[in-house]
Amino acid sequence: MAAGVAAWLPFARAAAIGWMPVANCPMPLAPADKNKRQDELIVLNVSGRRFQTWRTTLERYPDTLLGSTEKEFFFNEDTKEYFFDRDPEVFRCVLNFYRTGKLHYPRYECISAYDDELAFYGILPEIIGDCCYEEYKDRKRENAERLMDDNDSENNQESMPSLSFCQTMWRAFENPHTSTLALVFYYVTGFFIAVSVITNVVETVPCGTVPGSKELPCGERYSVAFFCLDTACVMIFTVEYLLRLFAAPSRYRFIRSVMSIIDVVAIMPYYIGLVMTNNEDVSGAFVTLRVFRVFRIFKFSRHSQGLRILGYTLKSCASELGFLLFSLTMAIIIFATVMFYAEKGSSASKFTSIPASFWYTIVTMTTLGYGDMVPKTIAGKIFGSICSLSGVLVIALPVPVIVSNFSRIYHQNQRADKRRAQKKARLARIRVAKTGSSNAYLHSKRNGLLNEALELTGTPEEEHMGKTTSLIESQHHHLLHCLEKTTNHEFIDEQMFEQNCMESSMQNYPSTRSPSLSSHPGLTTTCCSRRSKKTTHLPNSNLPATRLRSMQELSTIHIQGSEQPSLTTSRSSLNLKADDGLRPNCKTSQITTAIISIPTPPALTPEGESRPPPASPGPNTNIPSIASNVVKVSAL
Amino acid sequence: MNLEGLEMIAVLIVIVLFVKLLEQFGLIEAGLEDSVEDELEMATVRHRPEALELLEAQSKFTKKELQILYRGFKNECPSGVVNEETFKEIYSQFFPQGDSTTYAHFLFNAFDTDHNGAVSFEDFIKGLSILLRGTVQEKLNWAFNLYDINKDGYITKEEMLDIMKAIYDMMGKCTYPVLKEDAPRQHVETFFQKMDKNKDGIVTIDEFIESCQKDENIMRSMQLFENVI
Repeated sequence: MAAGVAAWLPFARAAAIGWMPVANCPMPLAPADKNKRQDELIVLNVSGRRFQTWRTTLERYPDTLLGSTEKEFFFNEDTKEYFFDRDPEVFRCVLNFYRTGKLHYPRYECISAYDDELAFYGILPEIIGDCCYEEYKDRKRENAERLMDDNDSENNQESMPSLSFCQTMWRAFENPHTSTLALVFYYVTGFFIAVSVITNVVETVPCGTVPGSKELPCGERYSVAFFCLDTACVMIFTVEYLLRLFAAPSRYRFIRSVMSIIDVVAIMPYYIGLVMTNNEDVSGAFVTLRVFRVFRIFKFSRHSQGLRILGYTLKSCASELGFLLFSLTMAIIIFATVMFYAEKGSSASKFTSIPASFWYTIVTMTTLGYGDMVPKTIAGKIFGSICSLSGVLVIALPVPVIVSNFSRIYHQNQRADKRRAQKKARLARIRVAKTGSSNAYLHSKRNGLLNEALELTGTPEEEHMGKTTSLIESQHHHLLHCLEKTTNHEFIDEQMFEQNCMESSMQNYPSTRSPSLSSHPGLTTTCCSRRSKKTTHLPNSNLPATRLRSMQELSTIHIQGSEQPSLTTSRSSLNLKADDGLRPNCKTSQITTAIISIPTPPALTPEGESRPPPASPGPNTNIPSIASNVVKVSAL
Repeated sequence: MNLEGLEMIAVLIVIVLFVKLLEQFGLIEAGLEDSVEDELEMATVRHRPEALELLEAQSKFTKKELQILYRGFKNECPSGVVNEETFKEIYSQFFPQGDSTTYAHFLFNAFDTDHNGAVSFEDFIKGLSILLRGTVQEKLNWAFNLYDINKDGYITKEEMLDIMKAIYDMMGKCTYPVLKEDAPRQHVETFFQKMDKNKDGIVTIDEFIESCQKDENIMRSMQLFENVI
């Protein structure tokens, strides 16, 4: 339970008085707080810095170091304080967790140091509050990646034993720094890409005139030389592509990758040109194909990390760019329409149609202002000026913002996905904690009465051993128990509920086993007897065989307090583990469905010895102490 | 016509832009004042309880107990008052399996004696003093007050049914035996059979106290929570 809520438990218990007049059954006894100490201040000395807090503050979380008896190991007798040789800065956060129930992660703190401290104090990092959880997880992930990178680079420097020829070649292609041959290959291809691009450019430059005709571009003048250069480059590129295809670990994936598509597009025009003859009708298409030769420049992206990053960030900012384009289009259409209708009246207007006005709008909005189209009417001029002003705003302003948005949006997208993934895990965690709390009640219903009846025996050592559940927990459970009594229904967990629903046809209330009421006055009422009938028919296959003292005639005694937990234990097949160690001189008892065996628990009389009780029947139970206490109670 | 219309629109737009420009320079005041005072109202209500000695005199708690109670109270509600939402949240943490909002609502009304929508520390202490340190008569009175939703001095079957449904809601779905639809109603019938002496369909405070005092279970369970603090 949360820390602050524990403070409200007295109130919730007091409010339970509202159920009392409504209830038909008597209520269970409340757990007494025998060892109530006056709340005292304790001093925690962490590397010289003294913290002070109430003892109850620390005891809110009994499964941590500070909340349990583990801190006694650090108690310094001389100074009467608890000394921890740890970081006081992080301890501040830890102590605040006890005080407020929220664990925070300070940003200046190193993630691994913080993790170490949390592990020392026995606090799960998952409890970190929402405000700091994202930061914590991010830092943790970065740290993990860093560790992984370190491991990888270590591994890479080791010599790889027995890599196949394909794999060596692929590694050579991807990381040119692995061997000299790869480096040579890398530079050669780079050189030829540059040569190819330059020849494409120079081809079109006019160089010199042939006497008697107009200027020719170099490509046509020295066509043979250019053709040879082109052929050489294309051959190199083809060889490279085929080699990569051969060495690729997954051919299918390689063919689909962007780089291979660029390679193919770069060399295709040459082959298509070879195949096609100098036909007049296809020469137009042939010329178009040559344009694709410029794609060879994209092959440089293998050589440049920066280009790759740029391409990737553009891809990831595509939605933002798309939105910018969309808003621009909207503005263009609006202004083009307005300009068209404004200029419709003027004579010899260039604004012949709305699409024709698009050109004017774009040129004006991007502040190019070619001047080939100008409005002549007043309305046109007014709208034209508004158009150019808004163009400045629409285009010039967001561009620097988008540039800086590249990194921000990229990281933001990552974080949104991360948060969604984390959210699912966190919701699952919260759900588990919630079922944990209700399971804790069911679990301790069985030994809840342990504490109660312990007080009845009055043996100090048993009481001491019995305080495994904290006082707050036992009080909470008592509260839930009262609610059960008020409504005559019981809390069970999900699986049992479903099981019961399925077995509802199987339920039979054996009338033969009518409860023989004990002479205990005033305790048994109809509700209790009704409940007892249900003990028998549920399967209890996985109860351990334990020592059985004696078997008795079947009858069930209804004893007020201690019966309910036994009923629930027989119904749910969970076993108590906690109690086994507590009562060494108790014998555990077994419930079987078919036989109503009344185990004879050793009576823990006030004298403390265990002896088999006389033929006093007790209820079915598999809790050692409960059984003994049952006997105790019935012997009253 | 077209031209003139467009010219009008153009001129209109120019004038609007000009006015906006002037507003920016503060030469023309905008329509509605964004009052700064609104922000001050958003400041949280703070409530300071009365002095410790006064509370000690008014309630049946000792000084130390009051100190402990106030520390817990203030920790959860730094502003000093609990509103109904917080109340419901706190109460629902104790009953994770069911839905305790309705019952928490009734409880809140029972604690909020001056009906101002918030439970201050004094209300809290007043209620707890009755519940934990009061006489049986006072406790029964308090319970009657809780059941009497409209505070008219009578408990009708409808009011009791509401209360009962609220209590059963807290159990949730997974119960043994399975919760039937009419379980609350049956429970109400049982209750009225016991409490309603003259069978007139309503329970008055005297009938209530009388019947409760006759029932040993109830009397014993009233003493159950003496040692809570």
